[in-house]
Amino acid sequence: MHTLYNRALGGKSGTVGLALLCIVLFLVFPLSLDNFRLNMMSKYLSYAFVAVGLVLCWGNGGILSLGQGLFWGFGGYCMAAFLKLEAAHNIAAESGSDQIRALTTVGLPDFMDWNQITSLPYIWYPFKSFPLTIILVFLVPTLLAYIIGTAMFKRRVGGVYFALITQALCWIMEISFVTRQGWTGGINGITDLRTCLGWDIRTKSAQITLYFLTSIFLIACILVGRFILSIKLGRILVAMRDGEDRVRFSGYSVSKLKTFIFCVAAAMSAMGGALFVLNVGFMSPKLVTIEPSIYMVIFCAVGGRNSLIGAVYGAILVSYGKTYFSEMFPNLWYFLMGGVFILVTRFFPDGLAGAVDRFGPMLGKKIFSMIGRAQQNFPAVVPVTIEANEGH
Amino acid sequence: MPLILATSFAELKDIFLMQGFAGFSLFAVFLLMALGLAIIFGQMKVINMAHGEFLTVGAYVTVFLSHMVTDHAPKMLPYYFPVAIVCAFVVAFILGYIVEIGLVKYLYNRPLDTLLATWGLSMILQQACRSIFGAREDTATLPDWMMGSWSPSEGLDIPINGMFLLALAIVMVVLVYFLMYRSRWGLKVRATMQNRAMAGAVGINTKSVDRITFALGCGLAGIAGAAFTTIGSVSPSAGSLYIVDTFIVVVFGGAASLLGTVLSAFTIAQSQSILEFFLTGVLAKIFVLVGVIIILMIRPQGLIASKVRK
Amino acid sequence: MSAAAELEIKDLTVSFDGFKAVDNFTFSVEHEELRVVIGPNGAGKTTLLDLICGKTRPTGGSIRFKGRELSKMQENSIVRQGVGRKFQTPSIYPKLTVFENLEISFPRGRGIWGSLFFKQTDDVRERINEVARDTYLSDHLHTSAEHLSHGQKQWLEIGMVLIADPKLMLLDEPVAGMSVRERQQTADLLKRICKGRSVVVIEHDMNFVKEIAHKVTVMHQGKMLVEGSMDEVQANEKVREVYLGH
Repeated sequence: MHTLYNRALGGKSGTVGLALLCIVLFLVFPLSLDNFRLNMMSKYLSYAFVAVGLVLCWGNGGILSLGQGLFWGFGGYCMAAFLKLEAAHNIAAESGSDQIRALTTVGLPDFMDWNQITSLPYIWYPFKSFPLTIILVFLVPTLLAYIIGTAMFKRRVGGVYFALITQALCWIMEISFVTRQGWTGGINGITDLRTCLGWDIRTKSAQITLYFLTSIFLIACILVGRFILSIKLGRILVAMRDGEDRVRFSGYSVSKLKTFIFCVAAAMSAMGGALFVLNVGFMSPKLVTIEPSIYMVIFCAVGGRNSLIGAVYGAILVSYGKTYFSEMFPNLWYFLMGGVFILVTRFFPDGLAGAVDRFGPMLGKKIFSMIGRAQQNFPAVVPVTIEANEGH
Repeated sequence: MPLILATSFAELKDIFLMQGFAGFSLFAVFLLMALGLAIIFGQMKVINMAHGEFLTVGAYVTVFLSHMVTDHAPKMLPYYFPVAIVCAFVVAFILGYIVEIGLVKYLYNRPLDTLLATWGLSMILQQACRSIFGAREDTATLPDWMMGSWSPSEGLDIPINGMFLLALAIVMVVLVYFLMYRSRWGLKVRATMQNRAMAGAVGINTKSVDRITFALGCGLAGIAGAAFTTIGSVSPSAGSLYIVDTFIVVVFGGAASLLGTVLSAFTIAQSQSILEFFLTGVLAKIFVLVGVIIILMIRPQGLIASKVRK
Repeated sequence: MSAAAELEIKDLTVSFDGFKAVDNFTFSVEHEELRVVIGPNGAGKTTLLDLICGKTRPTGGSIRFKGRELSKMQENSIVRQGVGRKFQTPSIYPKLTVFENLEISFPRGRGIWGSLFFKQTDDVRERINEVARDTYLSDHLHTSAEHLSHGQKQWLEIGMVLIADPKLMLLDEPVAGMSVRERQQTADLLKRICKGRSVVVIEHDMNFVKEIAHKVTVMHQGKMLVEGSMDEVQANEKVREVYLGH
């Protein structure tokens, strides 16, 4: 039990950070945000899955992927395919009007109709089953990451080259999805998703439930990440980042370990993508191309590339900032966002988490000493202050 | 039967030639873009995601000059283009110089961070272009001598602007080659990039070398921008469309090799434009990219790279 | 050279764009032997070690260790055959502590599953402490490796190789940047560790070489120049020529 406390929760400071995050996610946001904003928050949190994965493979393992949108997208598209088939069935069945029935083919997504596809393509068949879909949500992106990882890392493609190649792959995926309109919905993506196993995901209560579901899964991902970093694998990751050759000559297969962590990050991203679709009700190739993939890296950089929890705050803050600025200052927000990235990389390479580590203790002490001074007039409470100081 | 074969073969030859020349225009743009990046990324190891925006800046300078000339001195129209190329270079060079001082110089030992910071920079530059020139596409008025095409034989049309681009690209490659590999200054640059501490110790002002090298790479992107106006219209996001291709060209060529960059720009541009005839443009691009990635896996060091003791 | 030699290298050649860094090199090292390879800069000494441990692939020739051909194996398989390598500039993991550096180098849990379910049992801790004692680092077990002195970093890397209990240790300039006292301590350490294994050392410091070497091989321009005891080598006319340029 003690080792579990140290490992998954990361000891005392780790537990405090996690507890704070739980409070923010499970109390502060649900109580303070209206339904629309809460749903938006679910969207931001679904990006945070990618950032958490990037902390593992980039921050700790030194593998920068600019193509995480690929995995997030495949996870999302798998989920969207399932929901779309369900929607396609229901629309035709529910509709009383013969006209609509004549226009639509039962069980065929609307965009296939528009593209003169008359029967369901075979690759859509597995998405008729929910369990199979859930398996594919994880399997497809992880398998893809495995193939990319094995191919690249075996050939010792790393660093900048890996980043650029993953970026190109991401772009390839986007244009293939756009051009295969009949199978993927083209540039519009898969839209108008309504129910999941008969449960209407557009209702207010469903959105709140989904928000909590997203938060729980995110916390689970952080715990998995914490576990990986706490065991030997975590130290090997850092070791590979700082001295790949030494690890190789300590008898490890660097390519296998890199592939493994890359797959873990991909699986986490895929989970985020699938939850995004459930929360938002659509999926589009615009969300998985080069630009969003770079944003995902930036979430991680702003939050702190070494901090799993920081990555979550990074995702929330940058996404929120993006939405807020682009609403308030449509002409200025590019300047603001660009400026933030420059400042963060220039002055805070460890992001928010680094800033908290650096200034947090000082700030904490100041607050405690202020409380202490205030309480000097009330001697009875002094022991509490001492405890708090020691605790720090 | 043999007759039909013969005619279709002749047609096929013409198609190949035409697509080949179309490929030459693409080759020239790739090469001009990649030249600057080969210096900035290949030599300096800075991942400049804003490289495309320097192209945009160069293109806007050219467009601006062309409007000035058509409005105020229409007689000068046949001659303004060379001036525009120089101006595009100077403006992009100065901008690059400022960016080096303000941002890039702090990040030399953190290549992956240059990627993030310059991505931020590219957002700012794009928005700046949008604010100054508007989001609308704009085109430069080309001098008459650059329009039209040249037909050496029937069924063959070679656009003159394409030939001009190609000539410009070749001139720039030769210039860069002499500057980087045949001049004293180029020696200083290569020494600095290979071992900054040692170069400093033997009396090279490495800071100034860094600044000028980076600015030079940006200036070359500016020239690429000027060249770009002869084949397309300019919008604030024009440059960013080419950034992935350009990086692929440089990486594929073998980051630090000029010859590699030329070969790889040629290979990629030609295979893309010839494939384009048989497939759609997008599919051709996918095929080329996938091919490049596979070749990169077999030769991670790129086309041209010498075997070294590490 | 007896047939029982542990490491046998035959006609080994590697060429970089036509330049032969190691050229038709043949030599062998016996069990429990401590061999020192010396030679002027650029003689191909480091490249020789790179070839043995798989960092560089040979153009021709063979490298046999305990009768097995190494030249076609992956680096990590070569390590698992019992070959350990210390690099010229200390390559340690700066952000990890001395203890963690040694723990990673401990030869267990090298696969993915192994690294997921690796348990830090008592025998692991004991072995880490033992190696730390041998390499004079007991007091620094929980120091972050980036804060060690240059000499201590050298020791740590030797320790990281040692903890895997290799049957052949390749040490590239182990005393570079060390004080006189540290050199003496390192000499003691090397004498101790060549029990039960063969050791190949590259070194420039002749006093140090004299102190530790069983046999010395002199390389020049990728080729073997002379081989013999330190005294024989020092008396050799060709060696003087190479080192002093007449």
